[in-house]
Amino acid sequence: MGAEFVQLSLTPILIGVLAAIACALPGNFLVLRRQALIGDAISHVVLPGIVVAFLMTGAIAAVPMLLGAAGAALVAVGLIEAIRRLGKIEPGAAMGVVFTALFAAGVLMLERTDTSAVHLDVEHALMGNLESLIWFSADGWASLVDPAALAELPPELGRMAITCAIVAVLTLIFWRPLKLSTFDEGFARTLGLPVALIGLGLVATAALAAVAAFDAVGSIIVIAMFICPPAAARMLTNRLGRQVGLSALIAAGSAIVGYVAAGYGPIWLGGGDSVSAAGMIAAISGLVLAAAARFGPCRHRLGAGAEAV
Amino acid sequence: MSPVLEALLLQAGYNAALVAIGAALLGFAAGAAGSFLFLRKRALVSDALAHATLPGIALAFMIMVALGGEGRALAGLMAGAAVSAALGLLAVEWLASRTRLPEDAAIGAVLSSLFGLGVVLLTVIQTMERGRQAGLESFLLGSTAGMLRVDAVVIGLGGAAAVLAVWLLRRPMTLVAFDPGFAAASGLSVRRTDLAMMAIVLLVTVTGLKLVGLILIVALLIIPAVTARFWTERAGGVMWIAAGIGGVSGYVGAAISASAPALPTGPIIVLVATGLFAASLLLAPARGVAAAVVRQRRFQRRVHLRQGLLALGKGEPIHDALSLRLLRAEGLIRADRVATQAGREAAEEVARDERRWAVARQVHQDGGLTGRYDGLTPITEVFAPDQVAAFDREMS
Repeated sequence: MGAEFVQLSLTPILIGVLAAIACALPGNFLVLRRQALIGDAISHVVLPGIVVAFLMTGAIAAVPMLLGAAGAALVAVGLIEAIRRLGKIEPGAAMGVVFTALFAAGVLMLERTDTSAVHLDVEHALMGNLESLIWFSADGWASLVDPAALAELPPELGRMAITCAIVAVLTLIFWRPLKLSTFDEGFARTLGLPVALIGLGLVATAALAAVAAFDAVGSIIVIAMFICPPAAARMLTNRLGRQVGLSALIAAGSAIVGYVAAGYGPIWLGGGDSVSAAGMIAAISGLVLAAAARFGPCRHRLGAGAEAV
Repeated sequence: MSPVLEALLLQAGYNAALVAIGAALLGFAAGAAGSFLFLRKRALVSDALAHATLPGIALAFMIMVALGGEGRALAGLMAGAAVSAALGLLAVEWLASRTRLPEDAAIGAVLSSLFGLGVVLLTVIQTMERGRQAGLESFLLGSTAGMLRVDAVVIGLGGAAAVLAVWLLRRPMTLVAFDPGFAAASGLSVRRTDLAMMAIVLLVTVTGLKLVGLILIVALLIIPAVTARFWTERAGGVMWIAAGIGGVSGYVGAAISASAPALPTGPIIVLVATGLFAASLLLAPARGVAAAVVRQRRFQRRVHLRQGLLALGKGEPIHDALSLRLLRAEGLIRADRVATQAGREAAEEVARDERRWAVARQVHQDGGLTGRYDGLTPITEVFAPDQVAAFDREMS
């Protein structure tokens, strides 16, 4: 646990943790509102967004790509809503049409462009490259107080930290309206809360988290963290505050355990190279959910406990 | 002859022809199976199913290599995919029925964690000696390059089997899709029918892995069904139209993809289907956007014309621009807004209709027919001539 750890593993773990928490926080409300798959849809449509950004700027730069991804997410949400209303199609199917079509368009554009010079492909979009976000200039724990080394931190860390902070602050500020409109939309409306606006704001926050996290860690983690930690926390408690806290803990824990298991597990098992950290983190969060679904004290629907046992 | 046309006529080479026929069969089966999924409002379950195939593919590859095989036999990989997708489906059902999680959260959870596991296994395979050329990544987005004849035959057989199964089970599946309660009451096992439906979806998914890839196969299950819904109100109709749309998308998409390099088959097929969807959304006769706009405009014209005539009859001035334009176009008023002969007659007609309705609503207070009064429908369309004559007598 020395210099090598700080250089190679500390920043990816931190980025993973921040990304996981940023996704898990809005995920709680999405799961409760039965919009859990919005995260899935957003992380698919991010691909055409970044490809378009790449085509327009001709370079792999973070800001245009984030803008492109955010734009694509907005377009997708608008299209889903339009198809749902114009075609009177149920939301799940409308979502399925939109995100697969946009993803297909993204793949096609990617194939038609010469991206051999840059690191841009579908697998990268799916799996991210968490392992590559290393802190080159660090040479031990002392680097944490060394301004020169700190200036060389991977930029993803700063972006992810800001995103995570924004999401956390938004969740705190809008806690009451979010809670009210999630559990009793009619009541929230009678109180004069702008229910539709709150819903839209939630989706926009989720999109922000997804787009920022996607850049650093790939879309598998995004989808998993939107759903698995909140769902697991939901089985452990009946109180929203505790659920949100627990989900953040589970998300962070999955990120740490997943990263360590992917990076060091194969070596401990006597194998050779490390395996995909993004995949491992998603799989671990799934395991936590499985355990919570099997043993969690609040796993049953209210009133369904008796016959479900 | 252009390359696309060549491919459409199966003249673009043996492999391209194989792929086109396989894609058409697969699209046909996916459209038919997907239509029931859509009617049952479970379209996105297939997404979980598709993503859950990845660990199965990877494990099947490892097992085949461990047994001394080459590891790339499509049938073996498909079997592994089927097993893990079935486990994923069971996990979704268990989470949705035995815990408080709603189905969409269960879908997302299973999808992401099993896909993550699959990615982990893929990276394990990459470290294996034989794994480097495995090309299992091609199952993510499908790949038809270098498809073997045996692969095409497997895809064709899978598609044909799925179509046959859909055809055999169409009645119970329709019943369950529309009214699970009634289906259960008539002695049908809803659960078993659902399982059969999911088994067919599973078959389609596994069959489509090689061609379309596991990320996009869900599009072939959803888009044709949603598209077909625009064209018909009948369940059987949805099934056949969806199958047709899926088949055409598969065939045309594969042909376009074969006509030039860097046109990946899976995405092209999906985009062809999306094009058909967009066209249907806009142009379908009853449910399309264009039809709705036309209906809306017709309705608007009727309201404005009627209100204009009513005002004309009462001698009130008309200010509304649309009403004036319509009355003028029909030759009911002159440019100086004075009613023509025809206009006076039409206004009298409308006024009499209103008076008759007023009487009718007093005579028949029980709703029923008079409930159809909307200020637009002529009374002669609702009541029989002798009844209308009775209203006239009542008036005088």
